[in-house]
Amino acid sequence: MGMTMTQKILAAHAHLASVEAGQLIEADLDLVLGNDITSPVAIKEMEKMKTNGVFDRDKIALVPDHFVPNKDIKSAEHCKCVREFARKHDITNYFEVGEMGIEHALLPEKGLTVAGDVIIGADSHTCTYGALGAFSTGVGSTDMAAGMATGKAWFKVPGAIQITLTGKPSEWVSGKDVILHIIGMIGVDGALYKSLEFTGDGIANLSMDDRFTIANMAIEAGAKNGIFPVDEAAKAYMAEHSSRSYTVYEADADAVYDEKYTIDLSTLKPTVAFPHLPENTHTIDEVGDIAIDQVVIGSCTNGRLEDLKIAAKVLKGRHVAKGMRCIVIPATQKIYMDAMEEGLLKTFIEAGAVVSTPTCGPCLGGYMGILAEGERCVSTTNRNFVGRMGHVSSEIYLASPAVAAASAVAGKITGPEAL
Amino acid sequence: MNAKGTVFKYGDNVDTDVIIPARYLNTSVPAELAAHCMEDIDKDFVKKVKKGDIIVANKNFGCGSSREHAPIAIKAAGVSCVIAETFARIFYRNAINIGLPIIECPEAAESIQAGDEVEVDFDSGIITDITRGTTFKGQAFPPFMQKIIAAEGLINYINNK
Repeated sequence: MGMTMTQKILAAHAHLASVEAGQLIEADLDLVLGNDITSPVAIKEMEKMKTNGVFDRDKIALVPDHFVPNKDIKSAEHCKCVREFARKHDITNYFEVGEMGIEHALLPEKGLTVAGDVIIGADSHTCTYGALGAFSTGVGSTDMAAGMATGKAWFKVPGAIQITLTGKPSEWVSGKDVILHIIGMIGVDGALYKSLEFTGDGIANLSMDDRFTIANMAIEAGAKNGIFPVDEAAKAYMAEHSSRSYTVYEADADAVYDEKYTIDLSTLKPTVAFPHLPENTHTIDEVGDIAIDQVVIGSCTNGRLEDLKIAAKVLKGRHVAKGMRCIVIPATQKIYMDAMEEGLLKTFIEAGAVVSTPTCGPCLGGYMGILAEGERCVSTTNRNFVGRMGHVSSEIYLASPAVAAASAVAGKITGPEAL
Repeated sequence: MNAKGTVFKYGDNVDTDVIIPARYLNTSVPAELAAHCMEDIDKDFVKKVKKGDIIVANKNFGCGSSREHAPIAIKAAGVSCVIAETFARIFYRNAINIGLPIIECPEAAESIQAGDEVEVDFDSGIITDITRGTTFKGQAFPPFMQKIIAAEGLINYINNK
């Protein structure tokens, strides 16, 4: 029986000739990731283990990014715990404020994630690296602890949903619209326990930043991972960013899929997910009149350079609506620098937006953009759950950078074409 | 091994942000997390929950973030078992890894109501609604998962091996 791309990567890392959906395996890990929220719990767990330390100091990445620069004393203690652990174990890839970025934008940029890898991260959006043809999935802190100590993790081999992408998206349609469309179609548990396997000639019309966004939100459909084939664009990205060797896996022609969908990218419209689930999607033409108080452009989903370029294109020569708070957060220091050199930051500031150092802050209601009672936000982040960004009665509308920027100007949910 | 207690009932897609909001994630102390468990969807949960009580929910319980603080908060609040139609996969792993018993059973999730007295036998997967006199067959835990739960989590289990 044929294997999916995910199954092939898992089989290789479990030293098995083949695996099938449902099988329990133990796989070698190429990278174990944690942040300032999840690592302290993992570190405490690891200290309980009878172990001599970490399995490989080069294969662990610790990225304080959620509540840094430290938002309060308790967060500062968490970050200190991670910092001291990194020093004690001489962790190569610990990223301090000044060199850090939002983890899922930072690690590919630093070349730490490549095709064919098996990666676990104590952060649900670890599935982002599937854009490069890696198997990567979110786990909790205890799995992270066991992974740091042993270099291994157990997995139940996932079944798969195949999504064939064809055609070319229109001007203001990006990766965010593609993944919101998919989540709207299959639901927030539509891919529960499964891998989302992308294929089709439409992928060539999606930039790497689009693919990172799509793989990033696979978890929002319940998926274990999302994964793209390794084409010339992915190879070029890895050649530019990484010195690591990589392995390209391809799905067998007779691989088994539980479900198959085909999406013609040319038919998609800018898409918005209404409160309080990412599956509550509406295309921009059917949104109606929804006034907003805040816009957030950033996060592991949409804080990359291309996202900022699109937002700047919309905001150039315009100004955010009176009373609007528009918060722009470049995801890494490099993206911040590139955005500065390209003049994007100037465009944002002239348009009345604020630009922040990299942080996950507002996405999870940590800090840097908390919503008051009844306030509404259009956000390029990934979750619009009850209370996610602040008060339980506040509302989050998930959208692309283009729609977010246009909405900031209009003061209500709007697509760029309507400006 | 079994669990017995009064039921708190919730619907579909109970996410980790409502189980333990991120504004409290600047701590990882179980008792501090438990003090805010479920507060964004059920303000009374923390006031009413007693040791041994059971949460019953519909599909995709624990969706969203990978925060292990979510099952930690539920366990530290005194909950002895979570029954749901389905669980989100990271929550499922995390619950087992920290020793919080969880069990999938669509029929029980549908039928059991808030306030019912319920008993769960982990060896057999039998769920009994004592209040209504009904029984359901949930998925029994494989032996290795039972051992992890008995050891109060994966780390102790690995240490004991």
